[in-house]
Amino acid sequence: MTAVTTDPQVDKSDRVTSTGTGDARRRLPRIPDRIRRGGLPYLLLLPAVLLELLIHIIPMAIGMMMSFRQFTQFYINNWAGAPWTGLDNYSIAVDFNAPIGEALLHSFLVTCVFTFFAVGLAWLFGIAAAIMLQENFRGRGFLRAVFLVPYALPVYAAVITWAFMFQRDNGLVNHVLHDQLGLTDAPSFWLIGDNSIYALIIVSVWKGWPFAFLMLMAGLQNIPRELYEAASIDGAGIWQQIRKITLPSLRPVNQVLVLVLFLWTFNDFNTPYVLFGKSAPENADLISIHIYQSSFVTWNFGSGSAMSVLLLLFLLVVTAVYLFFTSRGRKGSHG
Amino acid sequence: MASHARSPMAAPQSFLWTRRIVLTLLAGFVLLPVYVMVSSSLKPLQDVSGKFQWIPSELTVQPYFDIWETVPLAKYFVNSLIVATSATVLSVTIAVFSAYAVSRYNFRGKRVFTVTVLSTQMFPGILFLLPLFLIFVNIGNSTGLALYGSRGGLILTYLTFSLPFSIWMLIGYFDSIPRDLDEAALVDGCGPIRALFQVVVPAAVPGIVAVSVYSFMTAWGEVLFASVMTNDETRTLAVGLQGYATLNDVYWNQVMAASLVVSVPIVAGFLLLQRYLVAGLTAGAVK
Repeated sequence: MTAVTTDPQVDKSDRVTSTGTGDARRRLPRIPDRIRRGGLPYLLLLPAVLLELLIHIIPMAIGMMMSFRQFTQFYINNWAGAPWTGLDNYSIAVDFNAPIGEALLHSFLVTCVFTFFAVGLAWLFGIAAAIMLQENFRGRGFLRAVFLVPYALPVYAAVITWAFMFQRDNGLVNHVLHDQLGLTDAPSFWLIGDNSIYALIIVSVWKGWPFAFLMLMAGLQNIPRELYEAASIDGAGIWQQIRKITLPSLRPVNQVLVLVLFLWTFNDFNTPYVLFGKSAPENADLISIHIYQSSFVTWNFGSGSAMSVLLLLFLLVVTAVYLFFTSRGRKGSHG
Repeated sequence: MASHARSPMAAPQSFLWTRRIVLTLLAGFVLLPVYVMVSSSLKPLQDVSGKFQWIPSELTVQPYFDIWETVPLAKYFVNSLIVATSATVLSVTIAVFSAYAVSRYNFRGKRVFTVTVLSTQMFPGILFLLPLFLIFVNIGNSTGLALYGSRGGLILTYLTFSLPFSIWMLIGYFDSIPRDLDEAALVDGCGPIRALFQVVVPAAVPGIVAVSVYSFMTAWGEVLFASVMTNDETRTLAVGLQGYATLNDVYWNQVMAASLVVSVPIVAGFLLLQRYLVAGLTAGAVK
């Protein structure tokens, strides 16, 4: 069990963090001028900048360019030859009365519902576990290791197991619900049809909540113990301490965590792809699968690119609005 | 021992019971698929093809031998290992240099760089998949360099998620290391690069391990790029595991055995290193 005891390590980094964040920035000018002015920082950044260009900036520029063209498989080898169509791909994508736009809107709404429940439950499970494991007791280290298993398991191995559990005829879920508990009249379909959204949410929560647990556990390490001691001297019970100290102290962590969970869940491709395959059931047709389907299955890269750009714009707006409100809130609460 | 224990007071019964119930339910939820994976991998094919049984009617280790024959699992394993290791080493090495520059120096363009890195981290993989696919195909056509379908190409695409994350986390971690440490080394006549490797890097081991663990695990589990950018020779485990489903039958016992085999090394490694992950997150991301 020594492997899962984190206390000494964490305590050390606690100390480092508290001295580092504020003071360090103010001390920056003390670095000798000859080094600060030289080209060294640029040299250090060079590999990262070159790679960022190659893997992010140039592909994004090409993606933008593709979205204004009628880009089908015939032009893969000659992209400059693809006919320029202006905003056609975009207007088709947002024409919600026509089939392509309607399907995109549907997929977008499904993704919103899915993200809401998947993120909400993952956060809830994560915070419950983090608080319940904050104090030391027998079995704590073991449980912490167990809770991190879904995080460590490769996505495809874990999700394929869930796919097996959700099989109609030989899966565990129907065996329990139908054969053992008698809750359903007949074995249900879970990976096709209306139930598939439930299956997708369950698998996503199972896979995602340990990350929330991990982040919140790290956040709990930063709460000074004196706060709890002072509160308990004042007669606050454990529930009050959780409500008045633990939850408010976790606010900065929660702000980062919810944003990160939102972005990952909204963009998730791995879980639906392994669970359902190349084309998801209508009820669980997440946006990234939808774009993949439009691009690589129906070979319409131009339309797929336009959808990618729209998705990106949406995420940028949501993130900007979120950061605006949370950073304003943060200023308000800390003076 | 528990330096961050909540309170010296004994917790009330209501809390203890809530804790027992919540933790039991969560442990059950987490372990259910693990149980299914392990027990099904030890069942004969007729068992996993019929109704689910909690207790196998007959235990067999045959699936663990068959998995290597049904699909070339060993080849996929090697491919995954090469790709995930290279992507991790590459992104962490490059991230160490750039995080050091951002954390320790003031220079023009610093803000542009950090904002770019931070924002690319949130972009969906699907956004880069199409353009990278086209770039690889076209580079191949014009220069004969086989990026599409090659391990090198896949490693490059994996940097799209591991590089920004590593840079972002390491900037936070380096910021948390007192500047006095490497400034003292600089004053003593150390060059900046020596200060980085002799002072900052050793002090940042938990952060570097955390970032490496994350990069490796994400690369090991990645499905999207692997399913588009690989061919028969370079296929990784993520795609290769689909090979156990044939037109007539899915060898579920072999699927479960193979899933277990590809998971055990990474889960074991993760649990050994997880204390670094919490330490790394504490300093790097949670501030």
